[in-house]
Amino acid sequence: MVTELAVDHVSVRFDLPGATVAAVADVSLRLRPGQCLALVGESGCGKTVLASALLGFLPGNAQVSGSATLSDDRGPTLDLLSATDQQLATSVRGRRIGLIPQSPASHLTPVRTARAQLEEVVRAHHPAEPDPRGRANGVAARAGLSPADLDHYPHELSGGMAQRVATALALVGDPWLLIADEPTTGLDHHLVEGLLEEFRRLVADGHAVLLITHDLAAAQRVADRIAVMYAGRLIEIGPPSTVLDAPGHPYTRGLGDALPDRAFTAVPGMPPLLTDLPPGCSFAPRCDRVGPECAELPTLAADAEHAVACHRPC
Amino acid sequence: MPPPVLTGLRAEAVVAGYDPRRPVLDRVDLTVPPGRTVGLAGPSGSGKSTLARVLGLLHAPFSGTVHLDGEPVTGYRHRTPHAQRVRIGVLFQQPRLSVDPRLTLRAAITEPLLATRAPRQAERVAELADLVMLTPDLLSRRAHEVSDGQLQRACLARTLALSPDYLVCDEMTTMLDASTTAALVGLIRDYQGRTGAGVLAISHDAVLLRRWADDTVHLTPDGVLA
Ligand SMILES: Nc1ncnc2c1ncn2[C@@H]1O[C@H](COP(=O)(O)OP(=O)(O)O)[C@@H](O)[C@H]1O
Ligand code: SF4
Ligand SMILES: [Mg+2]
Repeated sequence: MVTELAVDHVSVRFDLPGATVAAVADVSLRLRPGQCLALVGESGCGKTVLASALLGFLPGNAQVSGSATLSDDRGPTLDLLSATDQQLATSVRGRRIGLIPQSPASHLTPVRTARAQLEEVVRAHHPAEPDPRGRANGVAARAGLSPADLDHYPHELSGGMAQRVATALALVGDPWLLIADEPTTGLDHHLVEGLLEEFRRLVADGHAVLLITHDLAAAQRVADRIAVMYAGRLIEIGPPSTVLDAPGHPYTRGLGDALPDRAFTAVPGMPPLLTDLPPGCSFAPRCDRVGPECAELPTLAADAEHAVACHRPC
Repeated sequence: MPPPVLTGLRAEAVVAGYDPRRPVLDRVDLTVPPGRTVGLAGPSGSGKSTLARVLGLLHAPFSGTVHLDGEPVTGYRHRTPHAQRVRIGVLFQQPRLSVDPRLTLRAAITEPLLATRAPRQAERVAELADLVMLTPDLLSRRAHEVSDGQLQRACLARTLALSPDYLVCDEMTTMLDASTTAALVGLIRDYQGRTGAGVLAISHDAVLLRRWADDTVHLTPDGVLA
């Protein structure tokens, strides 16, 4: 059996009084063991909503369409979008897909030590384990923590430590796929390096990593593919060197130019309003290459090594 | 009274922290001159945010003084004299923690104007929104209904509402993507160009500070400036 997550034409909308937010639109992507895909794009473009959809964490006002098929030898092949919360909780989260959430410190229970929380998850995933403490230490070591580090309460952990505890918690059930949402935000340079190094090790070990980030430099250092999201859609996907150094989409080029070691100029105009997207290309109001054909929605070629959703690529 | 001489926002021999036996900052001297951007770098835990809060007049040092254009600051937080408080604006890393999620962006930007009973408030908010490029649609949304980047733009508008002479930006762009970062830094530079404001730019991103600041100082893990 092929171990794979196949996301096909996934859309997520939120109904608000008097408006609909099109947070994710027609996203398709594939992830297999040994791959690291970075999902990049400006804040609010839909990255977290996509991850939440895959794990069944969307709020009640969300409408989802498309499919996300999870196949591996750990359990039955499953469409994550139509699975029940019970199915996701007992057989998917933590066991087949591990999540390292955005701002990990806020997901730890304040009144219990990191060790207590990690050992509880060890017992839940491995009830027959004779030495939960030893197993917790082992997982912690893989995330870059010493046994002594685990004896702290969450408020005593620095941002970098809390990040590593969250990574350890996600690794306990040995999921083959890890989804990390903005894991490097606010970390010092050397901690970012350490974390990216850990992701590279996991990928080399046969894990798959979906790295959600707004940090292009981090994406470039660890991913084998970068997918760029704009207004809920994937607009470019390809190898990091191509996407960053020879981008095809004007938005991707703009993101690269915004880096402080490049031109440091913002993409002109305002981020799109997901309640009021123009028909056709949603980047058109900000695009210096716009032409009449852009009134038609550009699509992303499926399964090409480098694909660009643009009628007039750079 | 003669106009104050603009000698900058200055920390003099500041010792500060949360436990007097183990201060985070150890006799720190730092000057933010008018019209200049001073970068402050250093590892996490070295006291960058503590220094930001002291210079933002939000945290009283154990000893040492903050001078605002030559005048010593006599009180911190709610004890800060009004005339001094309005001259310094502070921006933080996490805009969600600085704005009540139930407020509309319009209400958030109006807050300082209301508090100071400023005239022409609606007009002023429209001006500020224009400056930071927030559309009327976004202004009427609540804080929890916008992205971090949009909320940080609103925080910048709110901070500029009282036309501060000094801005303290503590990891203001850490949560933001490269394009929003470049846009906000550009807005602050424009404001600085128009008003001659002094800016303290704090970041753990050395590449960003090299591009943004005129000079950068480093805080060591022991809380001294190097
Ligand atoms: N519960 C919700 N109701 C309405 N809109 C939402 C909700 N959650 C997120 N959104 C909107 O969905 C869009 C995508 O958000 P998000 O996935 O968090 O972006 P990212 O992770 O890329 O920064 C944003 O416009 C956001 O405001
Ligand atoms: S499709 Fe047209 S408007 Fe959209 S990015 Fe390409 S050139 Fe610009
Ligand atoms: Mg997010």
